[in-house]
Amino acid sequence: MIRINITKPLNTADGTIDLRVDKEIKSGDFLTLFGKSGSGKTTLLRIIAGLEMPQSGTIIVDDVVWFDSSKKINLPPQKRNVGFVFQDYALFPNMTVRQNLEFALSDTKKSKKVDEILQMMEIENLSSMKPEHLSGGQKQRVAVARTLMTNPKMLLLDEPLSALDSAMRLKLQDELHVIHKKFDITSILVSHDISEVFRLCNRVFKIALGNITDEGTPSEVFANQNLSGKFKIVGEVLSIKKSDILYVVEVLAHNEIVKVTAVKRDIQNLNIGDKILLSSKAFNPILTKI
Amino acid sequence: MDESFFQTMKLTFELAAITTLILLCISIPLGYYLSQTKSKFKPALEAIVSMPLVLPPSVLGFYLLLAFSPKNSFGAWLDESFGLRLVFSFEGLIVASIIFSLPFMVHPIQSGFSALSKSLQEASYILGKSKFQTLWFVLLPNIKTSLLTGAVITFAHTVGEFGVVLMIGGNIAGETKVASIAIYDEVEALNYGLANQYALTLFIISFVILLFVYAINKSMIKSEFR
Repeated sequence: MIRINITKPLNTADGTIDLRVDKEIKSGDFLTLFGKSGSGKTTLLRIIAGLEMPQSGTIIVDDVVWFDSSKKINLPPQKRNVGFVFQDYALFPNMTVRQNLEFALSDTKKSKKVDEILQMMEIENLSSMKPEHLSGGQKQRVAVARTLMTNPKMLLLDEPLSALDSAMRLKLQDELHVIHKKFDITSILVSHDISEVFRLCNRVFKIALGNITDEGTPSEVFANQNLSGKFKIVGEVLSIKKSDILYVVEVLAHNEIVKVTAVKRDIQNLNIGDKILLSSKAFNPILTKI
Repeated sequence: MDESFFQTMKLTFELAAITTLILLCISIPLGYYLSQTKSKFKPALEAIVSMPLVLPPSVLGFYLLLAFSPKNSFGAWLDESFGLRLVFSFEGLIVASIIFSLPFMVHPIQSGFSALSKSLQEASYILGKSKFQTLWFVLLPNIKTSLLTGAVITFAHTVGEFGVVLMIGGNIAGETKVASIAIYDEVEALNYGLANQYALTLFIISFVILLFVYAINKSMIKSEFR
């Protein structure tokens, strides 16, 4: 259980805003901090990791005080035992993949654990390569593998998949999901990709201008509350074409392009590239085993 | 070639080597501090480090001469406590060279540290590594080319130094007479042959050192991308 109650002034493009968070995060949750850039989501993640200090408040994790401004307690990042996957992966360029993983260990009992993790992440064949020669997806895997070396109880992910193409992103989302379950880690993901949130997380904090404006399961937060859809898919609008009196909207949903008919009212506020929720309640979807 | 020629050349390169080595030890912590600090005194400290770049060497030499003089309190204290006389001595030349070449070593190292992604350092901290371990195993190995650049420029700059050396060291053969001063000395004495010998030697050695360094640098950069 993470109990977090902090404030910190943030300098953003829109001037100074106050980041104010007073929330609990349950152990084992896969939580997303969702919001626009400049909303404070990355700062919150960095505060949890100990990379930034809040102005005031407390952070208590499993009854251990990590931060308490009134008692002047601020546990350094070295002692928080978290894993952090940076947006740029932060692999050490002077070390091979294997050395990157070994560096995370205190020097006893080295190779066994390294081999285990390399094998689990399917990156054994990269072990003697330097980070420069890895693709984005490979770097990301190595970065996740390295965080697992210290057996962290919390995994903090700062938009780790944003630089990858969608096929690779889907694959790595699955892997993150498996790791989350297998290691029973509390995971916190910074993201602004709704489909990613639906695929990975069981809980969402929506952040705007430093405040958590909404929280709940992904469907509670993103779906229209009065919609009782039987199934919902998050997608992206690819094109809107007029066809007689109707419109045909092409939607990219999980790598599939779906054509949906719409009336003029539906498309009035819709632009190409918008994220939408595709739901159906009027007919039964057809299930076919493949 | 006479013996005094070799003596002077040896002294010159000894001075440059010792200065470079000591400056490397000073500039790594200093450059690291400057790249990290958000202190309001940072601009002042940076200005002090950079002063030798703009100050005429004779100005610096003059004040060092005053400071190190046994007639003044600092010089007298050095003399009494450590038996150290920094005026017209090789030790004095080293101290003066260190001060004079400081920016040539600190600047490349500082900018090397600053150019590294901050996340490297943060990732190391999160993996439980101390600041020293992070500096030694993560940061320094990734600024190797900056360290090499700093060392080479410092070495070359110390070899070519004239004003400060003349002010504080004078021209004592075997103690403070370095090659650049010897050239001036020989020209004054209309001894162009010997002056040319010094000048040409400096010219060739400087070129060879730089050639060597750039060759190493190239292979270093290559191996990082292999």
